[in-house]
Amino acid sequence: MSIDLFDKFDPIIQRRDQLPKEAENPFAVQMEKVLSQTVAIINGRETILCGTNNYMGQTFDQEAMDAAKEAVDNFGTGTTGSRVLNGTYNSHIELEDALKEFYGTEHAMVFSTGYLANLGIISTLAGRDDYIIIDADSHASIYDACQMGQANIVRFKHNSAEDLEKRLRRLPENVGKLVIVEGIYSMLGDEAPLPELVAVSKKFGASIIVDEAHSMGFCGETGRGVAQAQGVEKDVDFIIGTFSKSVGTVGGFCVSNHPKFDVLRLVCRPYMFTASLPPSVVASAKTSVKQLMHAGNRAAVLWENSRALHKGLKDAGFKLGTDKAESPITAVCIDSDEVCTFFWSELLRSGVYVNMALPPATPSGLNLLRCSVCASHTPEQIQTVVATFIEIGKKLDVI
Amino acid sequence: MASDANATNTFETIVGLIEPFNRKNVTITPDTTFQGDLDLDSLTVMDLVAAIEDEYDILIPLNMLPDLETVQQVADAVDKINQEK
Ligand SMILES: Cc1ncc(COP(=O)(O)O)c(C=O)c1O
Repeated sequence: MSIDLFDKFDPIIQRRDQLPKEAENPFAVQMEKVLSQTVAIINGRETILCGTNNYMGQTFDQEAMDAAKEAVDNFGTGTTGSRVLNGTYNSHIELEDALKEFYGTEHAMVFSTGYLANLGIISTLAGRDDYIIIDADSHASIYDACQMGQANIVRFKHNSAEDLEKRLRRLPENVGKLVIVEGIYSMLGDEAPLPELVAVSKKFGASIIVDEAHSMGFCGETGRGVAQAQGVEKDVDFIIGTFSKSVGTVGGFCVSNHPKFDVLRLVCRPYMFTASLPPSVVASAKTSVKQLMHAGNRAAVLWENSRALHKGLKDAGFKLGTDKAESPITAVCIDSDEVCTFFWSELLRSGVYVNMALPPATPSGLNLLRCSVCASHTPEQIQTVVATFIEIGKKLDVI
Repeated sequence: MASDANATNTFETIVGLIEPFNRKNVTITPDTTFQGDLDLDSLTVMDLVAAIEDEYDILIPLNMLPDLETVQQVADAVDKINQEK
């Protein structure tokens, strides 16, 4: 008798098949056409996109698109190789230079995705006898990085410097310590209290990584993220980021001032054993990173949109993930997963796309309708989203 | 090795810490498993780990968890970590 390796997924298949038949399938949304940063055609219907990570609206930036097209013409569609073999073009180095300038750091390393940046940096930095101390609500890529490496993994209570201190205090002396936090947490959109977290980490001699995936471009005076906004950049050892959100394309990176940083290029497997980013992606990323240094006005519009959406939903009586708009992300909490699915489906049928997120992908077992705004949303679009939420919320007895 | 009295105590203390997470009201014995019997999801397991860590002022690294299936195994691990402290 042979065992079907897929049998272990039966509970998940069951759960998938139990989704209400009348509802749209949240895991099978197709964008048939993308008309702009904020509008797409889904199921033949024009839909407002209020659940992307396209915070700064870079996906349709003319200069970035032109740079990508020119790169295809001049360098082709792909590099067909790793950064350490044939996959480093001039433009990869120029992109790293642009990041160094953006963050004011000595070193920058570009990965093929943000997921790989976390996987690579974390699993390589922390070795067998070292300790990694992570926020309990860390992104999957941070958890996976911990599993891939050999270090001891300890968790602390989300955003609690007090709990972090308690755990750092219990560590043996003379071990390497790496604390990992995020600037903005992607599901609820809440901000980390970095000054407290950084101070505790330094007190115990730990290095600290801040993942700024959801804060680049609009947090801090020149868009470097929450570390800049909260004035602790000089005490942060590594910043990890992605091009898949505010930068509007795909790719990941790490920047640092550590004098030995560049040795990672020779030992970091998720950097070495995968193909480098294609020239077109590199060209648009470079263009967008340079633009984001001087995008203060657009960031201001984004914050205005963020506050408008948050206020509209809060005033309507929805239960939200944060009290105030701490980021462009506003998460609406729905008590049951069934109502959540219906709500999400009704939103889509009314021409509003948001992300639906259920446990275990969410903290504290919450069922979420995760909304995120873009600097390109018009005030009218935001009001339409709020009005649609209110109409469905009343119909489904949520408010 | 921990003395027997010590070990019994640890087991009982841990049973007490499990209670708030014991939604199915399973009767807990040394052989009760976290996944199979108590049906704890991975997030709940981690909250329980934090509670045990705080009770004993120790750390139980996440990478130790795959080897800890039963309540007794956790009690033994806690005693061992305490001895090494
Ligand atoms: C906090 C965090 N880190 C890393 C990533 C991974 O980024 P990427 O999409 O570039 O793989 C994401 C997004 O998915 C994220 O939310």
